[in-house]
Amino acid sequence: MSDRTLRGKVAVAGVAETEYYKWGRSPDPEFKLAIQAILKACENAGVDPRDVDGFSSYSNDRSDASRMSAALGCKQLSFASMQWGGGGGGGSGAVANAAAAIATGQAECVVVFRALAQGQFGRFGQGPRSKVVSGPAAHTLPYGLMSAAHQFAMKVNRYMHDHGVRQEALRAISLAAYHHAQANPRAVMHGRPLDEAKYDESRWIVEPFHLFDCCLENDGAAAMVLVAAERAKDFPHPPCYLLGAVSGSQHRAGATVHNTPEYASSSFPTVAPRLYNMAQVGPSDVDVLQSYENFTGGVMMSIVEHGFCTAEEVNDFLTYENLVAPSGKLPLNTSGGNLAECYMHGLGLNIEAVRQIWGESTSQVPGAEISMVTSGPMVTPVSCCIFGSEATL
Amino acid sequence: MSATTPYLKPGLAKPVAAGDGLDAPYWDGLKEGKLILQRCNSCHKFQWGPEWVCHRCHSFDLGWAETPAEGILYSHQRIWHPVHPALAEQGPYVVALVELPAADNVRIIGNLVGDPMQPLVIGSAVRGVFEHHPDDDPPNTLLQWEVV
Repeated sequence: MSDRTLRGKVAVAGVAETEYYKWGRSPDPEFKLAIQAILKACENAGVDPRDVDGFSSYSNDRSDASRMSAALGCKQLSFASMQWGGGGGGGSGAVANAAAAIATGQAECVVVFRALAQGQFGRFGQGPRSKVVSGPAAHTLPYGLMSAAHQFAMKVNRYMHDHGVRQEALRAISLAAYHHAQANPRAVMHGRPLDEAKYDESRWIVEPFHLFDCCLENDGAAAMVLVAAERAKDFPHPPCYLLGAVSGSQHRAGATVHNTPEYASSSFPTVAPRLYNMAQVGPSDVDVLQSYENFTGGVMMSIVEHGFCTAEEVNDFLTYENLVAPSGKLPLNTSGGNLAECYMHGLGLNIEAVRQIWGESTSQVPGAEISMVTSGPMVTPVSCCIFGSEATL
Repeated sequence: MSATTPYLKPGLAKPVAAGDGLDAPYWDGLKEGKLILQRCNSCHKFQWGPEWVCHRCHSFDLGWAETPAEGILYSHQRIWHPVHPALAEQGPYVVALVELPAADNVRIIGNLVGDPMQPLVIGSAVRGVFEHHPDDDPPNTLLQWEVV
């Protein structure tokens, strides 16, 4: 096997999140939330926060790495990385960047984190309020195409048209997430179950997305502590190794004004094969999947582009029974995910994937050995990663 | 043809040419009732959105050419939830992604005018409707679409 891999070189020492709040409800400012999550993750790992020497984030996180290093009194800063791209496309990419730094000797202990306080900084799901607009947005915004839902709905409509996908496939993704959230006390939607009728009767945001096809908007922070694999057994948890992590997108995915050649796509066609190649596993080996839901349609395309079923099998494969733990063929978003646990730009999905390996999920898949995350479908770059237990090395 | 009434209620941001001038001929063309897109002077292919280099042949010699405002509905969305105060009373409206066969199948965004509850059929032939806003500050023209 080539040395140019992350497989088995990095381990997860600890994970944590703050309390998750509805958007605008955090009593604390964003930077303080980030600190809280990082300190909790270090405590979870049994790591002295002063020994953290790197920070990795994405989506232009505002909690600057140098300020964080100073605030925590870290002995030194060895690595500070920001993955390009908006939305949650960088969630697993930030893990990849941190892991690459450790694997190549640039840093020893890197924290991946994301913090959001929308009361402090404004909401995602609202259109800009400027009087004039220029650049690529000038070609969409004056036509009322201005939110994330608008940016992606036409990809999903085209995909559903091309492959005969029914609304019930999207609904199953939402039902599974809400089902898992009922077992997860951290979930914002804990205690607020969803059924088929409630989904069907919910208002359209933009067709084909009902209200329950759309992610939440939340305040909070999440963090993950990564170290070299040699240290994997020095911490309280069972060893959890990174088997692979990659990011990117297909040919000209970033072409403006919706001119991406492969338009009806989650942006994973070239990325997923590189992940499997690095991790040396295939889709049939994956025990449990956390797949970023900005909108359910993106999950649907991600699942196909990662080879769990073909486009023509979507209606049969994406059913509630197949997607729920512990019995489903592909337990999906077992914490409730971005739809029903919390929208922390998807880093909660990476944390949940690790908890599955540790056996600590609130919707545990028995004996989960290979646990996968796909981050931020339909944007560019997207990213994905696979964690594995000691038995998978 | 030109629209007599705007499709969307007023108050959304007005389009202006990018500060670096990259898409200025497009917006100038719309004001004259013409669809003018970027075309490479070396390989003679259209590209959209505009860029400083041809993605096919890497020529910097990029020109502009008029193309018929006639296309195919490539995808669509009917939007219900208003995310801007100007659209609070709008009700559902339709955004169309239109493929232009005469311009090497580049795609362009507009509204699909007419009844917002009309059937939305991918593959439908559509034609452009120039929606002029001469009294806006700054004056501008949007290119809308209707099913033929």
